[in-house]
Amino acid sequence: MGQTIAEKIFARHFRDEPFPGVNILNIDRVFCHEILTPIAINDLIQRGRDGVFDREKVKAIIDHVTPSKDSKTATQAKTMRDWARRVGLKDFFDVGQNGVCHALFPEKGFIRPGQTVIMGDSHTCTYGAFGSFAAGVGTTDLEVGIMKGICSFRPPVTIRINLTGELRAGVYAKDVILYIIGAIGVNGATDRIIEFHGPVVNKMSMEARMTLCNMAVEAGATTGICEPDATTVDYLWPFIQAEYRDRNSALDDFSQWRADIDADYSETLNFDLSSLEPQVTYNYKPDCVKTVGEMAGTPIDQVYIGSCTNGRLEDLRIAAEVLKGHKIADTIRAILSPATPATFQAAIKDGLIDIFMEAGFCVTNPTCGACLGLSNGVLAEGEVCASTTNRNFNGRMGKGGMVHLMSPATAAATALQGSIADARTISAQP
Amino acid sequence: MSDHFGGPALFLDRSDINTDEIIPAKYLTEISKEALKPYCLEDLSLEGFDHQSEAMAQARVIVTRKNFGCGSSREHAPWVFEVNDIKVVIAESFARIFRQNMYNCGMMAIELAAPELDRLFELAEYGQVHIHIDVNRRQINAETHTKRLTFNFDITPFDMALVNAGGWINFVDTRY
Repeated sequence: MGQTIAEKIFARHFRDEPFPGVNILNIDRVFCHEILTPIAINDLIQRGRDGVFDREKVKAIIDHVTPSKDSKTATQAKTMRDWARRVGLKDFFDVGQNGVCHALFPEKGFIRPGQTVIMGDSHTCTYGAFGSFAAGVGTTDLEVGIMKGICSFRPPVTIRINLTGELRAGVYAKDVILYIIGAIGVNGATDRIIEFHGPVVNKMSMEARMTLCNMAVEAGATTGICEPDATTVDYLWPFIQAEYRDRNSALDDFSQWRADIDADYSETLNFDLSSLEPQVTYNYKPDCVKTVGEMAGTPIDQVYIGSCTNGRLEDLRIAAEVLKGHKIADTIRAILSPATPATFQAAIKDGLIDIFMEAGFCVTNPTCGACLGLSNGVLAEGEVCASTTNRNFNGRMGKGGMVHLMSPATAAATALQGSIADARTISAQP
Repeated sequence: MSDHFGGPALFLDRSDINTDEIIPAKYLTEISKEALKPYCLEDLSLEGFDHQSEAMAQARVIVTRKNFGCGSSREHAPWVFEVNDIKVVIAESFARIFRQNMYNCGMMAIELAAPELDRLFELAEYGQVHIHIDVNRRQINAETHTKRLTFNFDITPFDMALVNAGGWINFVDTRY
């Protein structure tokens, strides 16, 4: 019997099976941010165990509230900063170099096919786009990861999702993943890994694959995984060119992390996406999804473009194409947070930031802030946000606020219209 | 050990209760567990529920439906229960990270099949339910003044080891 991608990764990283049904894995990357890590750091100090198992494999960032907004967030940031220096982390990203973790770490070339990655953050599944096994964990798992470089998982059980057909113009990875979550539900993949296959994924850029995998957890999945291919090699080439003779040899090597043809799946789901429409959430769960046509006209107070789901350069380009030459509605306030400093700089260089600002957007520094109602765009009670983020839970972006999740194109069109709108109805300006 | 798990039960008759509802993100800027205490279930959407009620203050066990603890990986969700002396959640199913976080803290996330859970919810119609978890016998004993029900539950050897060790860190220290 052949193996799934996760089965191959588990086999290579297997450390122990203390009980049947429990795999202890060696972890290649332990990522830390200032929300879930400080309590682990303080606990390690208290236990007299201050230190890390590997100063290169443990990497850290301040991203959720940055620059700090008050004394509490400043204390969290300081705890991270002091720790990173004290234990000698090779990679630590502070104000000026920091951005949204799941956008920044891939951009630095830290994620490779076949790796195991944990982070105290549920959207760690984003890295599955590279053919790695990447799972969000809590603070205790993170603390053990920092200390010992291991983590416990159940043996992998995988759902195969085949995405066939061809996406229409104006339909993006965000629409695809919202549609899938709507179809299988918020616990449709609990304790399962989702492997994404098919021509739609094959044609996606790494950015789009990250959007796809990012929201696997919203269907309950442990992680989402895409097979590494030439697109993966091209994205990583600047970081791996010293390791391989040429791109083909890198591709050969990466191919060991593709699923076997006779791999065993708990379930195989086929979605033909040829007639897929842009998707928008309603209500307070990410599986409450309708087409943009059904949601059109819903009044909106704030538009937010950013986050680990849709704050990358490709996302900014897509939104800017819609916004170019237009102004946002009088009743709207619109916020853009490019997900990383490199994205921000490239967007300035490419003239995208001009387009956003001329349309009437406020452009903020890279941070997670608004997505979870912590800073840079918190909603008041009764306010409604059209957002490119990943969660529409009650109160997520501010107590009493409502969030509609959508693609950057739909968010941009919504900003222009003042209510939920289909980007394909906005006339392109030269 | 079993004495630690039990007391008055709080019934939350809803599926998909997420970690933002259990502990809103704005409190994640706290860096002590104790500071979370007043905010337990503050944003829960459930008709008639008041997170500052006497029933909430008395609760030692939570009984709920499917996919409890979905959403964020924040261990603040188990912690806010822990500092409120709630060390057991009984549900039809749990989100992976929340469930693991509970056992990693040495607490229990017990799964019960839907028909049994229905009977437990029905019991609550007879008044305040007290639940006692007999870990060794794998039994949930639930009683009101007039009625008493017993359910068997499963726990994996690994989860049992985590409960006995008082969490994942202690377990790791004895083995790795």
